[in-house]
Amino acid sequence: MEYVQAPATISQANILCCTCGVPIPPNPANMCVACLRTQVDISEGIPKQVTVNFCKQCERYLQPPATWMSCALESRELLSLCLKKIKSSMTKVRLIDAGFLWTEPHSKRIKMKVTIQKEVMNGAILQQVFVVEFVIQYQMCDDCHRVEAKDFWKAVVQVRQKTTHKKTFYYLEQLILKHKLHQNALNIKEMNDGIDFYYSTRQHAQKMTDFLQCTVPCRSKTSQRLISHDIHSNTFNYKSTYSMEIVPVCKDNVICLSPKLAQSLGNMGQVCVCVRVTSTIHLIDPNTLQIAEVDGGTFWRNPFSSLCSPRQLEEFIVMDIDVLRNQKLGAGAGIRSNKHLLAELWVQKTAEMDGQQYHCRTYLGHLLNIGDLVQGYDFVNSNINDEHLNKMKPHTIPDVVLIKKCYDRNRRSKRRNWKLHEMDRDREGMAPNDERQYEDFLEDLEEDEALRKNINIYRDASKIAVESDTDEEGAPRVSLAEMLEELSLTDATGEDGAEMMTE
Amino acid sequence: MAVRAAFEKNNEIGCFAKLTNTYCLVAVGGSENFYSVFEGELMCVGNRHGLIVPSSTTDQELQHIRNSLPDAVRVQRVEERLSALGNVIACNDYVALVHPDLDRETEEILADTLKVEVFRQTVAEQVLVGSYCAFSNQGGLVHPKTSIEDQDELSSLLQVPLVAGTVNRGSEVIAGGMVVNDWCAFCGLDTTSTELSVIESVFRLSDAAQPSAIATTMRDSLIDR
Repeated sequence: MEYVQAPATISQANILCCTCGVPIPPNPANMCVACLRTQVDISEGIPKQVTVNFCKQCERYLQPPATWMSCALESRELLSLCLKKIKSSMTKVRLIDAGFLWTEPHSKRIKMKVTIQKEVMNGAILQQVFVVEFVIQYQMCDDCHRVEAKDFWKAVVQVRQKTTHKKTFYYLEQLILKHKLHQNALNIKEMNDGIDFYYSTRQHAQKMTDFLQCTVPCRSKTSQRLISHDIHSNTFNYKSTYSMEIVPVCKDNVICLSPKLAQSLGNMGQVCVCVRVTSTIHLIDPNTLQIAEVDGGTFWRNPFSSLCSPRQLEEFIVMDIDVLRNQKLGAGAGIRSNKHLLAELWVQKTAEMDGQQYHCRTYLGHLLNIGDLVQGYDFVNSNINDEHLNKMKPHTIPDVVLIKKCYDRNRRSKRRNWKLHEMDRDREGMAPNDERQYEDFLEDLEEDEALRKNINIYRDASKIAVESDTDEEGAPRVSLAEMLEELSLTDATGEDGAEMMTE
Repeated sequence: MAVRAAFEKNNEIGCFAKLTNTYCLVAVGGSENFYSVFEGELMCVGNRHGLIVPSSTTDQELQHIRNSLPDAVRVQRVEERLSALGNVIACNDYVALVHPDLDRETEEILADTLKVEVFRQTVAEQVLVGSYCAFSNQGGLVHPKTSIEDQDELSSLLQVPLVAGTVNRGSEVIAGGMVVNDWCAFCGLDTTSTELSVIESVFRLSDAAQPSAIATTMRDSLIDR
């Protein structure tokens, strides 16, 4: 028995198209494609012109019902947004392909080429390509609306420090920059004695207050104002205010402790110098080199204030110095600083060189030599009103309290090959930055390594490092290793990407 | 000549009428109450020599049909499982194509009554040969998907020229959409002029409609002997 193979090829007979009579291979509708097109339009019911809402301010598109999406022209996101617009009318057809046709970016038109398939007339599948035009219509989004209505902030953090100089604020600014806490803020406004941070949500403000509370000694007060409420849904709309008051003591202030506090801090002398303010106030007793830290809570229970303002600093010249070593401390005394050296010295005001010499003790023994210039406060000739100081026995009050060694300011600022970033803020109605105070702050950074390590220092490329050893004064400097190379990425939009990249 | 027609607004006139060279059966319209004739006609098959009706035909219907048809036409009722005979059998006066599963007994009755040669066949791989093709003694129209090889085979069996085509604006149910004899064809109202011209040419209706034909080719059928 043999297997007879069937003809391998089955040739299809042509039939005539039932309407126009053109020979075509048979199809389910038995009609040529051209005739079928004239009979049925599968894109029927799909709108050919659709409007898309676009917010001009923030350049975002509205995705109904209430989402705003930022998407570039001809992007995948925009395509899905446009397709969603016509999705409801495309339930009966099958979407094969969609893509954009190029249009002028400012023509406010987006053209999308859509390919669809649909089954028509007893099983014939017809495919059609057509263009849907999207008209961009401007509509301001809710967020921008609130910004325009000046009704956008929900919470404000008011940071205040009631002092004449802003050293703590400069330090705080650098800390905020380093931790990028200013990025959430809608607006940063400089006020008398402080800065206001505006936030869109309470959580951001809460984060800021938490940050402040663990970086600087301060106390906070929260209050909120009812803007509106809905008794039916039990929702309340508040504006919150966080008032943060930073302790009114800065670096290089001389303070007088209450006797009780002085005792509890290890029998310190009552007159102390504040050497640093970080999350606590660092105090040093110039007579004994004892150090103590006072945190915010302790401060607000036993408040003390600066005895003199920095304007009262006077320049003295060292006439004689005698370093004191192995000085015995009394019972119950606290720890002593090992970074400083206690010295007894005779100084004279440079302003009145033929005048009186003062005897004092200082913690700057490691820095001072005979003939050096040093800044300090004169307590003999100044009129100080302080509750605790007035109660002290007159002979225990020092004549002069020396604060820091003087260096040549001009030369130092010339040699400074680093810089800091600054926070953008609204200085409306404020006096311009006090150059002298800022200079002071920069010098403090150079002198204090512990202060420096918490902030970002950038190399200043505009100043050429003059590595000469002519620095006979030995003024402290910032080492190159501590500086960061500033990365400035300038893209097409001219936006400075440095903030983002220096993580 | 091919003419367009509709039965009660329905284009599928082949379901409601049977046309042969000697007689034409038509279904009674909806306004009349003799409905059962309609059923009988829907499912019957026949040619010049005879008519086969399914077992569901009542005695009364059978009697009515017998009374109406010429005496030379034999009417026969068959017991067939595939009772829609019109869908499973296609025939002219000499040849019949039948569904491959048709009963052997029915096939014999078919050959006896209609005096035809019977072939079990498919048209375009469809077993309902009665629905998907229509042919007279002159020519035939088959399902549009019939391949050239199948057309050749069928036309050699039937000994008439065949063409693939449609009726009723693209419908492939040929026999449902038209009835045809040697001189005339009736198609559904939707049939386009292209389809009509295909039908007229393959069934040779244009040259058959000459008045002289009455004396020659039609004579045999018209004169009752």
